[in-house]
Amino acid sequence: MTPPVGCDEAVRRLWEFLDGGLDERDHRRVEEHLAWCLRCCGEVAFARELRGLLRTRTGITLPDEARNRMERFIDELGEETEERSCP
Amino acid sequence: MGSMVGALRPSERAALRQLARNELPRLYALARRLGGVDPEDLVQESLLRACRSFSSLRDLQAGPKWLTTILTNTWRDWLRKDLREPDEVPVEEDGPFSLYHIIEEEDPFPYSDTLHVDVLGAFSEHDVREVLHRVPPRYRVALVLRYIEGYSATEVAEMLERPPGTVMSQLHRARQRFEREMWSYAGESGLLAGATAGERPGRGQVSS
Ligand SMILES: [Zn+2]
Repeated sequence: MTPPVGCDEAVRRLWEFLDGGLDERDHRRVEEHLAWCLRCCGEVAFARELRGLLRTRTGITLPDEARNRMERFIDELGEETEERSCP
Repeated sequence: MGSMVGALRPSERAALRQLARNELPRLYALARRLGGVDPEDLVQESLLRACRSFSSLRDLQAGPKWLTTILTNTWRDWLRKDLREPDEVPVEEDGPFSLYHIIEEEDPFPYSDTLHVDVLGAFSEHDVREVLHRVPPRYRVALVLRYIEGYSATEVAEMLERPPGTVMSQLHRARQRFEREMWSYAGESGLLAGATAGERPGRGQVSS
């Protein structure tokens, strides 16, 4: 017999729940809570959005000049000359 | 170290360079997201370290994760001082924070049927990056590795050399901090124009 999950715990574990990061038992406990708790249902949808925003809206593209400089650096990486060999 | 330093065989050297070239955009983005240092310098120093310890990479398939770990560790070495600094807002004392609830309470778009989505929609890529960089480094690194790079909590724990339980609570605090910073940033930068965001500090506290 496992104790039911309260709103605090459900909310605290929401992101891991969404990511499948909880073990089977905890996953089921959170799921059961969400099945009847209206308050937390809004939280789930929101957590999904917020997590998505963190992933998709922090995009960074590599500027061409930086790419060229670093590719030149990579071209010499591990060069066998005395001074250059993996300094 | 010792004799292996610099002793990359031509085939190893080619493999490392290929790996580095493939991973370059991702490593650069990771460096920018971790923040606080020059991203190019961080990538280059990490690649030098990768070169020195290339023999520890057994399986090329594991290369991307291996490079992520090296870059993260290099970043941590560089930021050692900042990572130790105490938080200005100790999360324990401040109580839990729910962005979802404060949006509901403050209702910045009274005529909207999709209030929460609209609030998030007000954040541009630039805004979200700014918010991410307001999260203290030791929480930010957990957020980035777990939710942007997509490593499991267990993998993050290995990368940061912390017990999984510590990483779980670090992640929890990181999310809370991210939500708090989202709200205060929205207020300060007038994202929710005409809204009341940020005017009443202390709201959004969940009574527990
Ligand atoms: Zn609930």
